[in-house]
Amino acid sequence: MAFDYDKWIRPGKLPHIWCPGCGHGIVMKGLIRAMDSLNLKKEETAVVSGIGCASRLPGYIDCCTLHTAHGRAAAFATGVKMAKPEMNVILVGGDGDGTAIGGNHFIHACRRNINMTYIIMNNYIYGMTGGQFSPCTPTGHKASTTPYGNPDPGFDIAKLAIGAGATFVARGTAFHANQIDKLIAEAIQHKGFSVVEILDDCPTTYGRRNKYKSVIEMMNRLKEVAVPVKAAEKMTAEQLQGKILTGVLYKDETKPEYTAEYAKVIERAQAAK
Amino acid sequence: MSKKVAFLQGNEAAAHGALYAGCDFFAGYPITPSTEVSEVLSAELPKTGGKFLQMEDEIAAMAAILGASLAGAKVLTSTSGPGLSLKQELIGYGCIAEIPCVVYNVMRGGPSTGMPTGPSQSDVMCAKWGTHGDHPAICLVPASVQETYEEVIRAFNLAEKYRTPVMVMPDEIVAHMRERIVFPDAGEIEVTPRKTPTVPPEQYKPYDTSFGDVPPLAAFGSGYKFHVTGLNKMQDGFPTTKADVVQAEEERQIRKVDANIDDIVTFEEYLLEDADVVVVAYGSTSRSARYAVNVAREQGIKAGMFRIKTFWPFPDKQIKALAAKVKGIVIPEMNLGMCSLELERCAQGKVPVLGIFRVDGEPINPDQILEKIKEVK
Repeated sequence: MAFDYDKWIRPGKLPHIWCPGCGHGIVMKGLIRAMDSLNLKKEETAVVSGIGCASRLPGYIDCCTLHTAHGRAAAFATGVKMAKPEMNVILVGGDGDGTAIGGNHFIHACRRNINMTYIIMNNYIYGMTGGQFSPCTPTGHKASTTPYGNPDPGFDIAKLAIGAGATFVARGTAFHANQIDKLIAEAIQHKGFSVVEILDDCPTTYGRRNKYKSVIEMMNRLKEVAVPVKAAEKMTAEQLQGKILTGVLYKDETKPEYTAEYAKVIERAQAAK
Repeated sequence: MSKKVAFLQGNEAAAHGALYAGCDFFAGYPITPSTEVSEVLSAELPKTGGKFLQMEDEIAAMAAILGASLAGAKVLTSTSGPGLSLKQELIGYGCIAEIPCVVYNVMRGGPSTGMPTGPSQSDVMCAKWGTHGDHPAICLVPASVQETYEEVIRAFNLAEKYRTPVMVMPDEIVAHMRERIVFPDAGEIEVTPRKTPTVPPEQYKPYDTSFGDVPPLAAFGSGYKFHVTGLNKMQDGFPTTKADVVQAEEERQIRKVDANIDDIVTFEEYLLEDADVVVVAYGSTSRSARYAVNVAREQGIKAGMFRIKTFWPFPDKQIKALAAKVKGIVIPEMNLGMCSLELERCAQGKVPVLGIFRVDGEPINPDQILEKIKEVK
């Protein structure tokens, strides 16, 4: 039987704003399947975003949703989670929102290891504003503000998250649609700050400037560069050249989780009273 | 039973006022000269199960209190000039999304890093015009340690009653001076609870004006699910660009404050009945002004003081009435003329507005004010 997405979509809020060929809808469907598989209660689940195409996602999902300011999703979400630690808090957004203007909040949410899940849709570009280069645009590539090729080196979001202290880091792609829900579900179940990077495509503002003739070509590229971590173990460095690892890249279940640590602060304060 | 008394700084009193008001969530970032608020609340909040967060920056602190308020908490952040500048975008978010919160800002020298340990009153315009776009503004300017305590409580009450950010802005002198404070008993000062919905969740709209200009606000995690955005929104919380809806919603947000000015605006009138000269003052400057007025009276000059306690909304009505009966207005302030602009607007050229403006980090002394009082003919 086909999965019923409608029970998670707010009535009357579709069609979405995303362009034909954009992968954000694939990610949203993955998120919905993940939330459904975990039987999350809508009233007990907050989906929080910043600004940008990907950050419009919460408006479509039927739960507590918070569309904040550019880059600030992690900081708003930290307030929600600390005030109501029992809620499931899921952050969504794009690469520019999360790693440029929101970079500081991102790394500090990782450092605190607060029990939330952050889904970053990395399409290598600022799509909503018309295709300016982001901290994830590959060096040399074209954007509306890099007409001679991007001089900046890019971030590796997963490495950034691991380095900053996140305790669950995974990567998937919009092509590997059936893997997305499993990665997100595992991330939500993880006790700590979990990051799921989904390599995505923006045919409108990135693809057409970088010689991708079609959405299919962009999707094929995701298919070709992705190598599951298990498969990568058996590959040589040469074979892994230009490839991107997918799957669960990092998991640490020993680092204390922040809301639990703060509960101990309260215990100590009350014992000392 | 005798009341509990203490010898506290303005900043410490602010923290205790927040606790009296039921604050259960604070997020801040270290900044001189307001850090004592964080220090007190980091110790006190967890004792009653409240949460204290030191965030990665000023913006994050503002974001965290907005998120926590939406989850039902009563929230406070504290900062000073540079931090206030950084928080401005999200103060606007709080205004348009209508999220109750209190922003405590200690006024120090500026712009930029300015004089971090010096007093100033140069953020008062920032309280109204700092964030972009049209929005309601409420800003309280206490003049003593006791008043800082009480005005923080009132700020929480106004934030909840009108569902909007409220600022409390002591100058650095008020924030750091120590005075005797008498704590009110529990229940002695009214604490306003948040208006929450009575409709079943499926009927709830976060900006439902059928309940008036201040619609009830549900908390995330309380059985209600709804959408909040910083975009112009409809009554159901979802974004819109429909001209008539945007216009009506923006006007309603402003009206929440404008239609309730008499409920919000507070002031003190000192020896004004027969006054020829009125010194308008606020914050620590009013302490020098009171002294100067007393000396002027001793010398036979009919001087009085109008002390602004609520800077925004501005006490237009009261200043206009004064301008119609006095010979001149004297305004001492620790900036290069901010309140004086408002006074000139209200005086409409009927009487001269004489300013004493200092930005050198030194308080305005009574002699300076007395001298200016004598200039009024």
